[in-house]
Amino acid sequence: MSHLASVIAVEGLCHSYGHRLALDGVTLRIPTAGLVGLIGPDGVGKSTLLSLVAGAKRIQTGRVAVFGGDMADQRHRSAVCSRIAFLPQGLGKNLYPDLSVRENIDFFGRLFGEPAGERARRIDALLEATGLAPFPDRPARKLSGGMRQKLGLCCALVHDPDLLILDEPTTGVDPLSRRQFWELIERMRARRAGMSVVVATAYMEEAERFDELIAMNAGRILASAAPSELKRLTGQRSLEESFIALLPEAARAGRRALSISPRPPVEHEAVIIARDLTRRFGEFVAVDGVSFAIERGEIFGFLGSNGCGKTTTMKMLTGLLPASDGRAWLLGQPIDGSDMRLRRRVGYMSQSFSLYTELTVRQNLDLHARLFHIDADSAKSRIASLVERFGFGPYVDQRASQLPLGIRQRLSLAVAVVHEPELLILDEPTSGVDPLARDTFWELLVELSRQQGVTIFVSTHFMNEAERCDRVALMHGGRVVAAGTPTELAEAKDAANLEDAFVAYLQSAGGESPGLVSMPPEAERPVISPSAHIAPRAGFSLGRFLAYSWRETLELWRDPVRLGFALLGTAFLMVVFGLGINTDVNQVTFAAFDRDNTPESRAYLQEFRGSSYFSERKTLASYDDLDRALRSAAFALAIEVPPGFGRDIRRGAEPEIGAWIDGAMPFRAETVLGYLTGLHQRYVADLAAKAGNRPASPGVATRFVYNQDFKSIFAMVPGTIAMLLAFMPAMLMAVGVVREKELGSIVNLYVTPVTRLEFLLGKQLPYVILCLISFLTLVVMAIFLFGVTLKGSFWALLLGALLYVTAMTGYGLVISAFTRTQIAALFVAGIMTSLPAVQFSGMLAPVSSLTGFPALMAHTFPTMYFLRISVGTFTKALGFQELAGSLLALAVFIPILILISLAFLRRQEL
Amino acid sequence: MEHLANIFWLGTKELRSFSRDFVLFGFVIYSFTLAVYAQAESPAQEAHNSAVAIVDEDHSTLSRAIAAALLPPYFSPPTEVVARQIEELMDTARSTFVLDIPPHFERDILTGRGSVIQVNVDATAMMQAGIGAGYLQQIISREIARSATGAGPAQADPVGLAVRVAFNPNLSTQLFNAVMAIIGNVNMLAIILAGAAIIREREHGTMDHLLIMPLTPFEIAAAKVWANGLVITVAVGLSLWLVIETLLGIRIVGSIPLFMAGVMIYLFFATAIGIFLGTVARSMPQLGLLFVLVALPMNILSGGNTPLDSMPSFLRAVMQLSPSTHFVSFAQAILYRGAGIDVVWPQFAAVGIVGGIFFALSIMRFRKITAAMM
Repeated sequence: MSHLASVIAVEGLCHSYGHRLALDGVTLRIPTAGLVGLIGPDGVGKSTLLSLVAGAKRIQTGRVAVFGGDMADQRHRSAVCSRIAFLPQGLGKNLYPDLSVRENIDFFGRLFGEPAGERARRIDALLEATGLAPFPDRPARKLSGGMRQKLGLCCALVHDPDLLILDEPTTGVDPLSRRQFWELIERMRARRAGMSVVVATAYMEEAERFDELIAMNAGRILASAAPSELKRLTGQRSLEESFIALLPEAARAGRRALSISPRPPVEHEAVIIARDLTRRFGEFVAVDGVSFAIERGEIFGFLGSNGCGKTTTMKMLTGLLPASDGRAWLLGQPIDGSDMRLRRRVGYMSQSFSLYTELTVRQNLDLHARLFHIDADSAKSRIASLVERFGFGPYVDQRASQLPLGIRQRLSLAVAVVHEPELLILDEPTSGVDPLARDTFWELLVELSRQQGVTIFVSTHFMNEAERCDRVALMHGGRVVAAGTPTELAEAKDAANLEDAFVAYLQSAGGESPGLVSMPPEAERPVISPSAHIAPRAGFSLGRFLAYSWRETLELWRDPVRLGFALLGTAFLMVVFGLGINTDVNQVTFAAFDRDNTPESRAYLQEFRGSSYFSERKTLASYDDLDRALRSAAFALAIEVPPGFGRDIRRGAEPEIGAWIDGAMPFRAETVLGYLTGLHQRYVADLAAKAGNRPASPGVATRFVYNQDFKSIFAMVPGTIAMLLAFMPAMLMAVGVVREKELGSIVNLYVTPVTRLEFLLGKQLPYVILCLISFLTLVVMAIFLFGVTLKGSFWALLLGALLYVTAMTGYGLVISAFTRTQIAALFVAGIMTSLPAVQFSGMLAPVSSLTGFPALMAHTFPTMYFLRISVGTFTKALGFQELAGSLLALAVFIPILILISLAFLRRQEL
Repeated sequence: MEHLANIFWLGTKELRSFSRDFVLFGFVIYSFTLAVYAQAESPAQEAHNSAVAIVDEDHSTLSRAIAAALLPPYFSPPTEVVARQIEELMDTARSTFVLDIPPHFERDILTGRGSVIQVNVDATAMMQAGIGAGYLQQIISREIARSATGAGPAQADPVGLAVRVAFNPNLSTQLFNAVMAIIGNVNMLAIILAGAAIIREREHGTMDHLLIMPLTPFEIAAAKVWANGLVITVAVGLSLWLVIETLLGIRIVGSIPLFMAGVMIYLFFATAIGIFLGTVARSMPQLGLLFVLVALPMNILSGGNTPLDSMPSFLRAVMQLSPSTHFVSFAQAILYRGAGIDVVWPQFAAVGIVGGIFFALSIMRFRKITAAMM
């Protein structure tokens, strides 16, 4: 087959994560201009396959050709990446939550190098076509799941791709939004003939609309055919059944159609009652007067689009969130967040996955049994029966993080029922779980409800799940718009099934979910002109670099806390350290132990009493006294004048003064020793002068250069500037890249034309500017608040600061590129900055006196060089010429640090 | 009883997660071994290994005797330079002291005409400059006196001075610096570990899960305190034993169990403030900045780096509220002065009370944060 006919050609593709094989020899061809679906349960390799095709992951073995070229070839990959658009799994994972709708699309447009005019035109057209036009300024994090997916699509389409790769784009999206999403895709394809679309999905009902389906299981392809063909081949009526029929015997074993027995007739006792429950967050009303009652043993379904208030309602029922208004009762008692006995009767599974992923299956079950105080014997049998019933046998000693999603979800449920609760509250427990695993999950729910009389309150997006509930409530915009049995609801809207009824209810409720129904006619014109592709600029592109800078700046700007800490926090620390880091030892506390008590002994002690360096604390009466006071650190120095001191002086018998210094704080002891010796010598000299002897010439004159008064503020304030400008940039930048890794937007580095250098420098620039602003504030404070005048060249200081903050942000980038979690990044930045920036920078002790490892650390860290520039310009009155060496050293750090970051930062996921 | 069991089992979970993060583990080991060793071996403040240059325009016996008297450990071997280099050496901070011995110095001194050696001190190298200048003055005076009396003993002063340095006769800074390094690391680790653990539970949604179980916020916080505290206590103990006693060969006079008890009380405070910051910050970047804002002053102004007595009185009063100040003070009392519980109990109590306040504050914030997260 020629490459022209197939947009994607994959041959013998294998991929493994450690020991686990995710793809096992996949070979397939995807024709141009088709809509091809990838179906199969979770963890069979769908996402891995799509990431490899999109170029987000590095190919291990096998061949992937896209647009006729090898994707392992970096040159081909960067040449074609602007023709591919990739929407990764997870709602809006590659979007930037703090950016508005328009800014998000604009950012992607810039990455693909579109000129401003063209970009604006395309954004308008896309917003219009997706119905997002009324909300261009809404931040992405405030969008509902459906809107977020539409925004993701806009971002993917803004550069006019020839191949659109969508990984589970509608998972966790409500039926109306889902329907609109597919209509949108259809329209896009109609307008841009020739665009190929590859989609992975877990919704079999969606798969019906695809041109061709590829069924996958266990890293292999089971079949590849049109939907009708697939059904014909397997002789099944529905796609879901066809898929199951394709599975190997072992995977099908024990599977039977889920049947739900009717509820046994019981007295109708309401166990959950909500009455006018309301929750406000500031102005926003998340839940608006919701009322319902759920009976014992009932399975009550909660339906609604994302962000309609389902989770908030559930959180109020569990007592996690206090209600703003209205009341609720659980098991006959008013909800009280601190009622421990009530909590033991309720099980809860939150939407975000609520297990400890670093514990094994058994450890998770064990921990929860212990926390619910089930006694050891019954816990053992309970866990054994859960392991059996939930089928954890092969997984029992695996860590939860390594489990397939379906098993993990089952474990979450097992953990929630370990204490045999009477009531289960489950918030979208099956979101993102494949049909097979969902059926197993529901079997367990039905068993709990029908056999053990457990009341189940469950929210879901899946209509076939909703149909299994005894009753359902539809929520929209914080209100319950309808409630009843699934059949009642369908009948009330004259709909064939619950899904149609749901859509009808939502449409009549109106609200924010923007529909295509009302799309204005002008949006019907082609969104995208069939213009030629803008080939990605090879080499460094200023536009892409600035796109990242601009985006980072917006995010920083939208986080006033971070911005405030960075600017005001540094100023605050400057005040504290400027006042606090003071090495002038004044007012040394001393105690006199005068055993002579003559005019001579008092004259000797007067030297100390009259000196501003010393301040007397107490008089000692005995050696015991002296010993005790030394031990309790009551003073730093004790002076003992021996008995007969006056007499001995008069006789010239050379008496000896005794002095005790507290050595527990060595540097203070050293300073005290210096003062003591000085005063003693002065006394001796005076004595000699009085006796008529001309004092000998001292022979030494000490000149304190740069700082005649020897005041520590002139060294410490410039030093503090160097120290603060080490910590702030390093801490700010250290989470910069690793945060994108954790939150998922790093994928944009992998699949768009942006290069690693543009990415790194683009992220660095705003922080360099921020730190320079901070630097200028510190200089102003040093001059006007602390009275430390700038004697040398301001421009040398400014250049030094620019180089220094660039080097320090570069240092943060290295840490960020190297670490995998934000915690590790923060810790490493803190620990690796504190020694060289505080202890070995030259602020507390000159670098020239360091040896060995400390010296090595000092010389390979930027702070020491900037400290010389800072102290040099402020106090030593130096300029460019004298500081050239230090400036050059700082400049050398920058390319080295950037090269190290580049080496750590991957071009593709492994 | 049930409370204790909950706290215990929740804590084991914390220990398990910690042991899985190898990067973190590696850096904890680094910070309590190599970092402590490096700081102990470096002259943080004393006059140690100071860089001296000499401009010898005399080339006499006396000038050579002075140069030869500048000995380690106080001074590194002096380098001989010429007068026009003085400025550059001091500008680039390569020499902290430059001695300028004028021509005919020895002759002028011995003939009583008088002459003066100029000692140029880089007065921006604060502590070392002050202490070192005093030493230099004494050494030079002694050498002059010695040459005046021939090689014999210097003429005795009319009044003698016998100085005894209590607790630390050699004024060695190793132990002091090592203990300061340990407290700095304790602050950093305890605050980041405990704070980040809270943020992670919030980001992963497991905090909700905990709050819905029959657990009180007190139990949740207490579990984090004991688990993180245990890890760091073990690290501190090993650091004392392996680095300070074995590697550096320092014999500690005071009671190590009493000091470790103090460390544990301090850790209670440090993890409590970490948890508190974790409930205040909304994201990891914010926690990082908060950490700098809180931990840096606690470390640097605790009295371990610069004397508390030199701070303005209001700042000194504020720092009395910081447990790090009390930690430095009881560490000195126990490790140097051999103080017992009768002496250090007020410091122990102060650390415990401040820790208790932050602990209570974080418990109060626990429920609020779930509401704020929405």
